[in-house]
Amino acid sequence: MGFEVLFKGKNAIRLIAGLGIAMRISIISVAISIFLGIILGMLMSMKKPIINAIARVYLEIVRIMPQLVLLFIVFFGISKMTGLNLSAEASSIIVFSFWGTAEMADLVRGCLLSIPAIQYESSKALGMSRLQTYVYVIIPQIVRRLIPLSINLITRMIKTTSLVMMIGIVEVLKVGQQIIEANRKASPKAAFGIFAVIFLLYFLACWPISCLSRYLEKKWES
Amino acid sequence: MEEILRIDHLYKRFEDMPVLKDINLTVNKGEVVVLVGPSGCGKSTLLRCINGLEDIQEGRVLLEGEVINPAGKTANKSRLKTGMVFQSYDLFPHKNILDNVILAPMKVQKRNRAEATEEALRMLDRVGLAERRDSYPRQLSGGQKQRVAIVRALMMHPEVLLFDEVTAALDPEMVHEVLNVILDLARQKRTMLIVTHEMAFAKAIADRIIFLDEGSIVEDSAPEKFFEAPETERARRFLSTFRYENVK
Repeated sequence: MGFEVLFKGKNAIRLIAGLGIAMRISIISVAISIFLGIILGMLMSMKKPIINAIARVYLEIVRIMPQLVLLFIVFFGISKMTGLNLSAEASSIIVFSFWGTAEMADLVRGCLLSIPAIQYESSKALGMSRLQTYVYVIIPQIVRRLIPLSINLITRMIKTTSLVMMIGIVEVLKVGQQIIEANRKASPKAAFGIFAVIFLLYFLACWPISCLSRYLEKKWES
Repeated sequence: MEEILRIDHLYKRFEDMPVLKDINLTVNKGEVVVLVGPSGCGKSTLLRCINGLEDIQEGRVLLEGEVINPAGKTANKSRLKTGMVFQSYDLFPHKNILDNVILAPMKVQKRNRAEATEEALRMLDRVGLAERRDSYPRQLSGGQKQRVAIVRALMMHPEVLLFDEVTAALDPEMVHEVLNVILDLARQKRTMLIVTHEMAFAKAIADRIIFLDEGSIVEDSAPEKFFEAPETERARRFLSTFRYENVK
């Protein structure tokens, strides 16, 4: 079945290290995206025409451009244009954060606008300050709506890191290809075994996050 | 009689649209004032001005002699003299009934949880909902939610209660249970300003009826007089919309 190549040399460890690189890129990008996305989403919910116009253009660019094209623009384009020598990993973090921030901001904006005005007013009528209203009434409601949505985004970002091998990062998928190439003669069926293992690795990376989301949704429902 | 609320020459505009025009009103302690009038006449806006939720262009609102200024630093404190209950069930959906009721007492008045809980349970019991303390708002009916909202307002010990069409969004069979709670408050001699379309209820509870039309107070009279022999043509026309011609 092609699983035997896994046990040759350091193949298994190399695969896991490859997953580690993919995870490092995702975790850093997700953290940046959540932070910047919340700020941008709050700015967008203020309904200021200039901010909204800029944000709309930004969101459209992110929606229209395939992530791979963005990766090429940043990694090849920017270094050619500016002479700045961005590493492949830095480029991919920039691209993933650029993408994640846009989507996160849109989610935050949607959640903020979905809180009815009466929630602010009734808090005010009870004498709560603006800060108290946000801390005890608004933010807890937003977090509850936001977490399932942002977890969907996070798992999509993790999966999409498989693209970074196109700019030369040796992450899990690239390691897999190298192993298959190297063992073409000895184990011609390696492709099946290796890709099955990669499937399993991605599953193990994303599944606990989905479980957490489901758990939180259940918990807040009751 | 002790005067508790005084409104002097209040004007309120939205953009350039006048909503309230030269409103003058005094309410005494323990008085139940019912505001009626066609929709859009400004009665809800008037309540919101008293609560300091709306800024006003001219005039002033005084509660126990203190000016309510929505933009002022003490706005949150002076607002606590009034307790407002809104038309839509505006409970906090992420908190259970007990936490809904004790949140503001704990955070705004800095009362301790045990003491606030004790009072909350006593009051919830009075409206028949003590056993629902751990339920969430979505598990309650509209009428139950509205009773909780009343308790939540009462927990802040307001001097004046403001009810803004609290039964307008309820099914008919639930209207009764909510209005009974308000009748109970009237028996306790609470000062209340009530906006409602329930004329039978207005007649039963009001010490005074204020009839508003197009942003002005048109009539201010005892309920018997208002319902039996209104002074103005506008009030007669308004009251006739609650009667139906027999066609059988």
